[in-house]
Amino acid sequence: MSSAIQFDPIRLPPECEALRVEVREFLKEEIAAGTFDPITAPYRDGFNPEFSRRVGEKGWIGLTWPKKYGGQERSFLERYVVTEEFRAVSAPTRVHFTADRQSGPVLIKYAPEDIKMDILPRITRGECSFCIGMSEPGSGSDLFAASTRATKTDGGYLINGAKVWTSSAHVADYMIGLFRTSASTEENRRHGLTSFLVDMKNTPGITVNPINHMTGVHEFNEVVFEDAFVPDDHVLGEIDSAWKQATSELAYERSGPERFLETIYILTELVRSLGEKPDKRGAEGIGRLVAQLHTLRRMSVSVNGMLQAGKEPTLEGSIVKDMGTQWEQKLPLRARELAAFVDEDAGNRADFDELLRFATMIAPKLTIQGGTTEVLRGIIARGLGLR
Amino acid sequence: MSDDNIIIDATTRIFQDLCDPQTVTNAADASWKTPLWEALEESGLTQAWTPDDLGGAGATIVDGFDVLRVSGEFAVPVPLAETLLAGWLLSRAGIVVPPGAMTIAPARRGEQLTLGNDGALVGKARDIPFAGEAEKIAVIARRGGTPVVALVDRAACAVSEGSSLAGDPRNSVGFDGVVPQAISEPVDGLDEDALMQMGAAVRAAQMAGALQAILDISVEYSKERVAFERPIGKFQAVQHNLARLGGEAAAAIAAAGSLADTIGRAERFDDQVFLEVASAKIRVGEAAGEGAAIAHQAHGAIGFTAEHILHRFTTRLWSWRDDFGSESVWAVRLGEMVAARGADELWPMVATQ
Repeated sequence: MSSAIQFDPIRLPPECEALRVEVREFLKEEIAAGTFDPITAPYRDGFNPEFSRRVGEKGWIGLTWPKKYGGQERSFLERYVVTEEFRAVSAPTRVHFTADRQSGPVLIKYAPEDIKMDILPRITRGECSFCIGMSEPGSGSDLFAASTRATKTDGGYLINGAKVWTSSAHVADYMIGLFRTSASTEENRRHGLTSFLVDMKNTPGITVNPINHMTGVHEFNEVVFEDAFVPDDHVLGEIDSAWKQATSELAYERSGPERFLETIYILTELVRSLGEKPDKRGAEGIGRLVAQLHTLRRMSVSVNGMLQAGKEPTLEGSIVKDMGTQWEQKLPLRARELAAFVDEDAGNRADFDELLRFATMIAPKLTIQGGTTEVLRGIIARGLGLR
Repeated sequence: MSDDNIIIDATTRIFQDLCDPQTVTNAADASWKTPLWEALEESGLTQAWTPDDLGGAGATIVDGFDVLRVSGEFAVPVPLAETLLAGWLLSRAGIVVPPGAMTIAPARRGEQLTLGNDGALVGKARDIPFAGEAEKIAVIARRGGTPVVALVDRAACAVSEGSSLAGDPRNSVGFDGVVPQAISEPVDGLDEDALMQMGAAVRAAQMAGALQAILDISVEYSKERVAFERPIGKFQAVQHNLARLGGEAAAAIAAAGSLADTIGRAERFDDQVFLEVASAKIRVGEAAGEGAAIAHQAHGAIGFTAEHILHRFTTRLWSWRDDFGSESVWAVRLGEMVAARGADELWPMVATQ
């Protein structure tokens, strides 16, 4: 077979299930203590420093990282369990999620030792928040069109320009941003971009302006740089060659459980709405959705297990994100159809309707964030040998 | 399902040599079937799920599913899957498995055969795959309410004419008055539903193989076929369709693989197996419909012709998704189970292994 697709039937090892019990117990206690309510959490901003600190105390941030940086040196499958259990109840992880998933691993790979020793332990304690500076007014999916400049000066670089749609920039301690250090070349249009660590709290010349979502939530920002100074040792990796630095982290980022669980609450509440004995239409609808969810999870666990085993399921990882985001995007629509004839006064109808309104409004972003459907399908087509 | 596997390699070679889809499509008659079936029997593949002491090859459950996935990659039109199923069923009741092509009954949910006090069967089973070509039928019947497994001579039964969308035999079988050649009680309370689950798992494996095949065929065709002065595979619209087909094939391969592994490790048909069976039959069945549509779209008119091999796969996908319970049948059952357990049990049920 020219394009043999492989999904090893990975099973989570026993230590994962032990951890799952522990995580569920912790979340149950947090919910009981009123830290968050799974019924309203989806439309809150998810920013809760005290909660993140308690998660850090449990050792669940930077779970896979080296111990000298505050990590636990546990497996990616254990991290998978923590992530999916937190997502399943819409726990407020905004403070630490980006740093845990992406920024920490980038620092581990490319930052100087003293910076790692300074920042990574703070991330694992849940005290340090990251944002990612990629998109610009003239550069979205086409990352390599970025024009915000980093110009060499004494002891570092001066950054000028603006990033947009930057999630959490208003609360983040640091940004990992992509800035132009040279023009692209004829031979390689990806050339000329460099990855930098930017201190968002202590760098003069940075202005963060809110851009509200259409739901009213403040997550996005515009980040304006005016001669913002970044020291030499904050360069992450090779100058002009950030394009080479996309590594296996990308596959983890694409195939994680967050790629199909973002609207999961609407399925849970749909099941509650339809009750213990749904009619055939309701039962079939639930059955199909659960089968699709179960299959996505099996695909996602499989990709993570293969990554943990040292394989490179690049094609499979992109497929999981494409299918997962399509599914979580359509879920509110399917739930709306299936709940159409539920009694207006029945049980959780008011909660369901409120969540459905929110899920319907956030659905469009699910196939845009972290790589659009169009970009992903191009990557899949390349994996199939069509490019 | 691992690919560096001696059984997979041996199976693939047999099909490459004796069941090449284009050769079969071009063949004037069905005479190619005899050497194929002989090779399958000689290699022991038809008895993969029968233990050594009952006349079989004693391969593992997962090996058998691997064989079936590969048979799907070649759209194999002989009763290999049905014979494997029959061997599995008979050996679960300790009945020595005869050589030759077999099938099983019943294959539809809710259908029940009975074994009377006179030792003869009563009842009719519909949609039995390959009954017209089988020598024996392994049945589950009720004797005083208890499930028993029986081996029946097909020639003694009333087998109707009929075929699937792919032209493979699919028949109604009347068992009234037929006296079985062997009768025995199965282990672990095996019943009609367990047979339905095993049958659904078998079809999921075959469909996963067929989806991988139509993905490959479609990608290759799109690289070769030139339109508007370019291979059509260079057009973004075509690429994105094929990426979706890749996704459907991936879902099928993952779901069927996970199911095979689960059955391979399970001691009985418990709730975990049921979740895997229902999910796989639903999701793979959905992929069969979506995938076949995209593959045909990529091929244009030629894919719709009798001389092209594509229909060997797509007609079987359309047919197999109906066997042993369609997506809708399984979805209602799964949905009822989820609803009965309640909303708060949904996530714990999904996040188990």
